Amino acid sequence: MVEKLLKGPTRYYLWLLSLLVFIGVAGTAYIYQLRTGLGVTGMSRDVSWGLYISQFTYFVGVAASAVMLVLPAYFHHYKKFKRMIIFGEFMAISAVVMCMLFIVADMGQPQRMLNVILHPTPNSVMFFDMLVLFGYLVLNVLIGWVTLEAERLDVEPPYWVKYLVYLSIIWAFSIHTVTAFLYAGLPGRHLWLTAVLAGRFLASAFCSGPAILLLLVLAVKRMTGFDPGQDALKTLTKIITYAMCINVFLFFCEVFTAFYSGIPGHQHPLVFLFAGHDGHMSWVTPWMWACGCLAFASLALLIPPALRDNMNILPWALAMLIAASWIDKGLGLIIGGFSPNVFETLTPYAPTGSEILITLGVYAVGLLILSLLWKIAIGVKKEAGTFELH
Amino acid sequence: MNTDRRHFLKIAGISAFALSAGLAGRAAEAAVAPGKYEHGPNTLHAGRWGMVIDTRKFPSEADYLPLIKACHEAHNVPNQPGPHEIKWMWLAPYKEGFPDDENHYGPEKFKTGKFPLLCNHCENPPCVRVCPTKATYKMEDGIVAMDYHRCIGCRFCMAACPFGARSFNFIDPRIAMPSDKAPNPAYPTRMPGVVEKCTFCAERLAAGKLPACVEASGGKILFGDLNNPKSDVRKALAENFSIRRKPSLGTQPGVYYLV
Amino acid sequence: MYNGKFIIAAALVVLVLFTSPFWLSKGGYKRPDLQLPANEKECVETVDFMRAEHMQMLNEWRDQALRSENRVYVALNGKKWEISLQNTCLKCHNNTEKFCDACHVSNSVYPYCWTCHIEPKGKGDK
Repeated sequence: MVEKLLKGPTRYYLWLLSLLVFIGVAGTAYIYQLRTGLGVTGMSRDVSWGLYISQFTYFVGVAASAVMLVLPAYFHHYKKFKRMIIFGEFMAISAVVMCMLFIVADMGQPQRMLNVILHPTPNSVMFFDMLVLFGYLVLNVLIGWVTLEAERLDVEPPYWVKYLVYLSIIWAFSIHTVTAFLYAGLPGRHLWLTAVLAGRFLASAFCSGPAILLLLVLAVKRMTGFDPGQDALKTLTKIITYAMCINVFLFFCEVFTAFYSGIPGHQHPLVFLFAGHDGHMSWVTPWMWACGCLAFASLALLIPPALRDNMNILPWALAMLIAASWIDKGLGLIIGGFSPNVFETLTPYAPTGSEILITLGVYAVGLLILSLLWKIAIGVKKEAGTFELH
Repeated sequence: MNTDRRHFLKIAGISAFALSAGLAGRAAEAAVAPGKYEHGPNTLHAGRWGMVIDTRKFPSEADYLPLIKACHEAHNVPNQPGPHEIKWMWLAPYKEGFPDDENHYGPEKFKTGKFPLLCNHCENPPCVRVCPTKATYKMEDGIVAMDYHRCIGCRFCMAACPFGARSFNFIDPRIAMPSDKAPNPAYPTRMPGVVEKCTFCAERLAAGKLPACVEASGGKILFGDLNNPKSDVRKALAENFSIRRKPSLGTQPGVYYLV
Repeated sequence: MYNGKFIIAAALVVLVLFTSPFWLSKGGYKRPDLQLPANEKECVETVDFMRAEHMQMLNEWRDQALRSENRVYVALNGKKWEISLQNTCLKCHNNTEKFCDACHVSNSVYPYCWTCHIEPKGKGDK
């Protein structure tokens, strides 16, 4: 199936080439960071995690979200998703690889990373996160490749794949739960110390991940003519809408607990994010308000069926939802978790240029992997005659 | 490929994996050196080391500075102020060290005075719980120690520590402190990319000496065995009212403040 | 075998490339001259042991000292040593350039001890 990568239009090669060039540039920035230390980032002793870890968190969610296609298809025999599943699984692969790269980019001593395996520590959530992420990668590579091969040969996939799929469904929930547990078990970090964090993570993942997938599938439809099917599209949009509603609901649960209880520590991060701390307004505040506006605007466009099913409006609604969830989880979560810090004072954090460049470089690696895998999937579907909607 | 060959390859693969895993496991355990290991002859022992800082005997901020100097010189802690500062022992206002105990109308000392902060060497250290490589660990005498050789620099421990006791080497500490300028040539410096913190001077205890800050305090800081009811620290705690930082989090800090 | 000729040719090329370090090195490996400590004849254990196992032993020393507070090593001959790279090993081997590096460089191994441990006479910083 790999041979599908070799033949493509010029713009396909140009796309790959430009990604590679960009990865090269970002790679140089990473080499510089590796040689001089993480001082090139905006992180500090009091805001000790930044953009890398927040992007890691966001993309674990994207990886887990493939389950929103797999679960209806396998547990509820919703056959209309089956055409699209491979795209979800392949997106999960690229998202997991991005997660791993973000972790490596964030490490002070990446050359020692095998210490995690050499000295296994079951009481560390980080150790479990490594295990579940790696397991999820293997599961998706295996399931994706075997089912695609079966599609190419026009046979049923081997029987054991079904059990791997069931496992991967539970696994998907577990990877994002474990990621939430990285945060939710830390004493003294008010924004994260909440039982609802894992639920929030899953809700935000299950709206933003499928939204990204849907947007990309719509782009592929424009470029190649691959049609996922109108019904499948509508069902996935409904799933996205419900998940976003739950996401917003859980956020307001946090707001209620913090402000009705009146406990200052619980309020401080939320106040900081939306109104600044002790008179110091952060650059994050306008972002957070934009996040709120985008979230409600996306819901206003997604909840009424007439707007949701309008193919001219849907991409905009999805884009707003993705932006809102990204600001919430990719900026607010980490910065709010460290602001105010454990001394209840404020240490400002803003990512530096090279930090942003390295982050975009990891995005480019993800896009490259995604492009290659989806090229294979589309090529196989064309060859097997499953490309056209019957 | 016929089934026999396939079967054979499967078995061979699994056995090779099991064998190498077994060998690796055994190699990891085996002692290399033919000799024996023992504690140093002068080592000070305790069931659980603890510290009692009598803040009543430090009337001004300046009285703490010699302790910090002694600590930072003993451990070659570089002086690099700013967001990348390395802090083993430092001063902070009461409301930063003890944010849960804020009192608007208390004595002046709690409004404008500074208090010395350091690693609490907790009984239930969250940093040890989260470390994915056991680079930070609790020793039998209760000291929460660090092995800089093993630290991968993930900074999970810094997110987990509710006391801000951990510093990360964002930049090369030898820029601020070249090795020939290190105040204590018998102690190492650190390298970029690892986390560090106060060690309760484990290396000094092993040589029969009290921690550097305790020695420099001239008796105003007590250091001893919290498990021994007859120790100085226990007596001081029995006779005086003391506070600890953020006790509600359940980490059981080992540093007590007499106020 | 399909395309057998090409496969065998390619396999040969790979074999040659992989073994090239062995037959490209002229005259083989020469043991470097090490400057031994002037006033000390005996190391912690025998020369053969130290030569072969010093790295594992240093790892073991580190773990024993840092994790179990075992800061004394009793050698086979009964002599006791304080466990410390900086304060025991380097006291005798005080010229790291002509002892440690001489051998490490010719064997292409580059341990990074001196990023933290202070070399005698401050040779560490570049």
